[in-house]
Amino acid sequence: MPSEAVAATALLEVKGLSTHFSAGDEGIVRAVDDVSFSIHRGETFALLGESGCGKSMTSLSLMRLLPDNGHIVKGDIWLDGMNLMDLSEVGMRRLRGRRMAMIFQEPMTSLNPVLTVGEQIAEVVRLHRALKGGAQRACVLELLAAVGIPEPQRRYGEFPHQLSGGMKQRVMIAIALAGEPDLLIADEPTTALDVTIQAQVLDLLRRLQSETGMALLLITHDLGVVAEMADRVAVMYAGQLIEQASRKDFFAHPQHPYSSRLFAALPTVNKRSQVLTTIPGQVPPLTTPFSGCRFAERCPHVWSTCRQSVPAWHTLANDQQVRCHLLVDENAKHRQDISTATARVATASLAVDDNVSPLLDVQDLKVHFPIQKGLLQRTVGHVFAVDGVDIRLSKGRTLALVGESGCGKTTIGKAILQLLRPTSGRVLFEGDELTQLKGEELRQRRRDFQIIFQDPFSSMNPRMRVAQIIEEGIQALVPDYDAANRQQQVLALLEQVGLPAAAAQRYPHEFSGGQRQRICIARALAVSPRLLICDEPTSALDISVQAQILNLLKELQQKRGLSYLFITHNLAVVAYLADDIAVMYLGRIVEQGKVTDILHAPRHPYTQALLSAIPVIEKEAGHAVIRLEGDLPSPSNPPSGCHFHARCPQAMPRCQESYPGKTLIASGHEVRCFLYSEDKPSL
Amino acid sequence: MFLPVLLKTDLLLFLLLLIVMVAALYVRRRAHLMKSWLEIVRRPMAASSLIVLIFFVAIAFLDSLHLRLAVENTAAQRQNYYSTEVVSVFDLLATSIREQTEKTYSAPFALHLFVKETIEDNKGGSERGYPRLQYGGRHLETIADRPLDVMQRLGVAFIKAFAIGFFLLIVFLGCQARRQRTSITASWQYSFSAASIVPWKTVMVTLAVFLLLLMCTLELAPYYHILGTDKVGNDVFYQAMKSIRTALLIGTLTTLIMLPFAVFTGLTAGYLRGRIDDLIQYLYTTLSSVPGVLLIASSVLLLQVYIEGHPEAFQSDAERADLRLLFLCIILGITSWTGLCRLLRGETMKLSSVDFVQAATAFGVRPLRILLRHLLPNVMHIVLITVVLDFSGLVLAEAVLSYVGVGVDPSMHSWGNMINSARLEMSREPMVWWSLFAAFLFMFVLVLAANLFSDVVRDVFDPRRRR
Repeated sequence: MPSEAVAATALLEVKGLSTHFSAGDEGIVRAVDDVSFSIHRGETFALLGESGCGKSMTSLSLMRLLPDNGHIVKGDIWLDGMNLMDLSEVGMRRLRGRRMAMIFQEPMTSLNPVLTVGEQIAEVVRLHRALKGGAQRACVLELLAAVGIPEPQRRYGEFPHQLSGGMKQRVMIAIALAGEPDLLIADEPTTALDVTIQAQVLDLLRRLQSETGMALLLITHDLGVVAEMADRVAVMYAGQLIEQASRKDFFAHPQHPYSSRLFAALPTVNKRSQVLTTIPGQVPPLTTPFSGCRFAERCPHVWSTCRQSVPAWHTLANDQQVRCHLLVDENAKHRQDISTATARVATASLAVDDNVSPLLDVQDLKVHFPIQKGLLQRTVGHVFAVDGVDIRLSKGRTLALVGESGCGKTTIGKAILQLLRPTSGRVLFEGDELTQLKGEELRQRRRDFQIIFQDPFSSMNPRMRVAQIIEEGIQALVPDYDAANRQQQVLALLEQVGLPAAAAQRYPHEFSGGQRQRICIARALAVSPRLLICDEPTSALDISVQAQILNLLKELQQKRGLSYLFITHNLAVVAYLADDIAVMYLGRIVEQGKVTDILHAPRHPYTQALLSAIPVIEKEAGHAVIRLEGDLPSPSNPPSGCHFHARCPQAMPRCQESYPGKTLIASGHEVRCFLYSEDKPSL
Repeated sequence: MFLPVLLKTDLLLFLLLLIVMVAALYVRRRAHLMKSWLEIVRRPMAASSLIVLIFFVAIAFLDSLHLRLAVENTAAQRQNYYSTEVVSVFDLLATSIREQTEKTYSAPFALHLFVKETIEDNKGGSERGYPRLQYGGRHLETIADRPLDVMQRLGVAFIKAFAIGFFLLIVFLGCQARRQRTSITASWQYSFSAASIVPWKTVMVTLAVFLLLLMCTLELAPYYHILGTDKVGNDVFYQAMKSIRTALLIGTLTTLIMLPFAVFTGLTAGYLRGRIDDLIQYLYTTLSSVPGVLLIASSVLLLQVYIEGHPEAFQSDAERADLRLLFLCIILGITSWTGLCRLLRGETMKLSSVDFVQAATAFGVRPLRILLRHLLPNVMHIVLITVVLDFSGLVLAEAVLSYVGVGVDPSMHSWGNMINSARLEMSREPMVWWSLFAAFLFMFVLVLAANLFSDVVRDVFDPRRRR
């Protein structure tokens, strides 16, 4: 509990807030349960938690914007000496936007598509500042400029669809700022954005905060963002806060077993040779009436007390507060010594043998989508989704394809699998040209390469049982298996991915995200492929679940000698899993090399910027962030010369003229940039 | 004895009922589908509309069991001869009201004709007046006896309905109690509480209302023309009941005929795209830009010419009328598949870019199998919603078409024909309102029940409703 002295000066103080939802047959969902915290003026308070832990419901409760089936059952919300629970709906409406404003995760859907950007901001300005005519317009332009939108005059009259995701989020921030709020609630403000754009938006939030002195309640699941932004951190688990501390203390010594295991589950370069620590099980459903500690079922230190009584807040000397029985002195004996680093038996991936031809050899792959217009559907241009890509992948190795959204990574994956037919170029799989295969030949060949999709929710037919889903590939590609054989195979696969045999008879919607991704992996493995294309397989998952999937992928690679083409934007995962990296920018690969070379000595300015934009937990000295201006250009109209020159901090005149050739930096490390082509021999 | 007659539409109706039964068995074995259907039945509104619909279907079913009765033959003749008139089981059940034809119009519960005629009295003289009906209320002396007689019969009907209802309730509760191993009072309390899975209270009330109406009809119909008679003296109530089959056939057979075509074209257009998509799109855009009523009118007229030119092809009038009905269903189907096809094409396009279809492609699953296993089950909700929503539209369309004169055969009972023949009498003073009223009442009940039911079906199966 915050001390009295603190409470006197706090801007927002939440005391014992509980929000319940009625969920029909399933009973009551206790989305927020006895949550208390306080935020001071000018402070950034981060609420950290995995999906479904109740953080968004906390923020909606603060705004009193709960859906119809939810209501606040208990607790007080004091904003600057005023209890929000006593206010009428009219009073609340007057307060929203003016005293506290909110920005949402998805900038695409939070703006009205039929109103111009200017009108949407003006609406709020009119409401909160009572300005009209010219003064109102001036105010809107000022706000647009304040959130760093170039050419505010022009943008004023544009519609949301004309703006990129980052721009839209800036507009959302401008709308939130229009009422000059004391408290800004940002609900996952950068989750839907790319890292370089995320860095821009976080920068903007920090600058605005220092200019206006508003408090910021930052809701996120990303430890990196917390490390960059927060002054104080609260960890939420299953509807309850379980730890509160200053950022420094939290990152230096997280006290709650859940917090410390979250850190251990983060993939990094240093853990490459280890099995990642996972948190077994999953977050309990919020409908359960808890009688003890919510984390008990997943906690390695658990003993009888944990299941019987709810732990109280325990305050440490440095004001760090933790809800855990372990911190009571007489319980210290229950602390288990858990070594978080479990060594892997075989660490290194198979070495590259240059004499053997690679498993997959993609040469000058191009995928162009025609843009058709008019009555007769004439082709007026092309989207250059993939524009001349070369990649090689050997047996048993992992190649990570890294880049921001819209750069063509997924298209490459689908073109290799021949789910999309490439416009030109060669895809050689063990020397066989896949682009030339047709019909039955291609169908037979599909045994060898499979794909795992990003979204485990849409990648399985909701009307089929798990057994049918896994069987399907076997049925289509290994016709000589009979029903009994297939069933045996299904059970073996389920066991391999760590699911019980009973799962076979259930439907996909009965599983959690992580379990579904396991089913998808089992399905892909069913036909014993040699190449597995993983299209962002962990980006829809929480950190603790991500670690389970990464462990599984690594284990399977060692057991089966699989090759992975790992498509992702998450460099932490790449650092943990990949052997080689190819960095993509707007349909082309700008830099390619071994994981250590690229991560430690990136050469291309884009790679450098991408690496520096990732929020990091352990700040090294001299970690300067290279901020990229602007957004990814449209692939239908790429810039001339080097695609990156418009955003490149080191651009030269010749970058506009022609596309740089490959430059070999070291063995296997290639870069396409003029910065290196002069002193190195061009290939 | 009798000779069963299987008309083409009967065959299709039985086929449809078979499909529904197979579908019901299929649903029983699929947990997610079973859950949705249980949810539908749990809504009181849907449960009571379903009962109304089942009642209508039962009448239509009885009316579809056609046969030809044997003609009274002399013992010397070895061979049986059958009447040329095709009757249905429902006709046999309703023989009393079917055969009680008057001379011309008479109002509901009337004892006299609606028009004045010259009546010869016993003394040989004649005067203008309203003659007594041949059948309606013939057991009564004067009109003054009518209220008491009607009240008495209604009273008997109430008592019978109550007795039967009570008996059925006890049987039901007894079964429930045995199944749940509780006492009858406990099962009473459970069945009528909010906790009960099926809303028995609503079901019971609906059934009670039906039972009451049925008993009243059974008591009154043999003695009165409860909804009057038409121009040639036929009982209007009987006509309205006979029209149920026509309406249901139009509403369901049309769907049955167009459904395979719409589903197949919609799915292939959406999945294969390219030239095939262009072709199918071209087809349905052209078809939907032709005025539907004109297309129907010209086709029906063409068929009429054919029927008249080939009298030898039909054994009875019923078969001719039946062919025209079937043809109307087909032509209605041809003009109405475009909407569903368009919906399915769009949904299939959306689905084929979803990951699970892509995954199936990556497994080398054959296109036909992808269509059947991955796409079809995931668009079935759209098919179902469209079918139930279309049903009431088609019933109404039949009425309009028959009214215009291009609907079913004039000899066939249908609400459209009833309205058509009654329309001229609207200008009469006093007005002949009962034909119109009867057609309207029956059509209203059926369409309302269908609409309420389809609302719930759409509600439950609409994926947007769920998170």
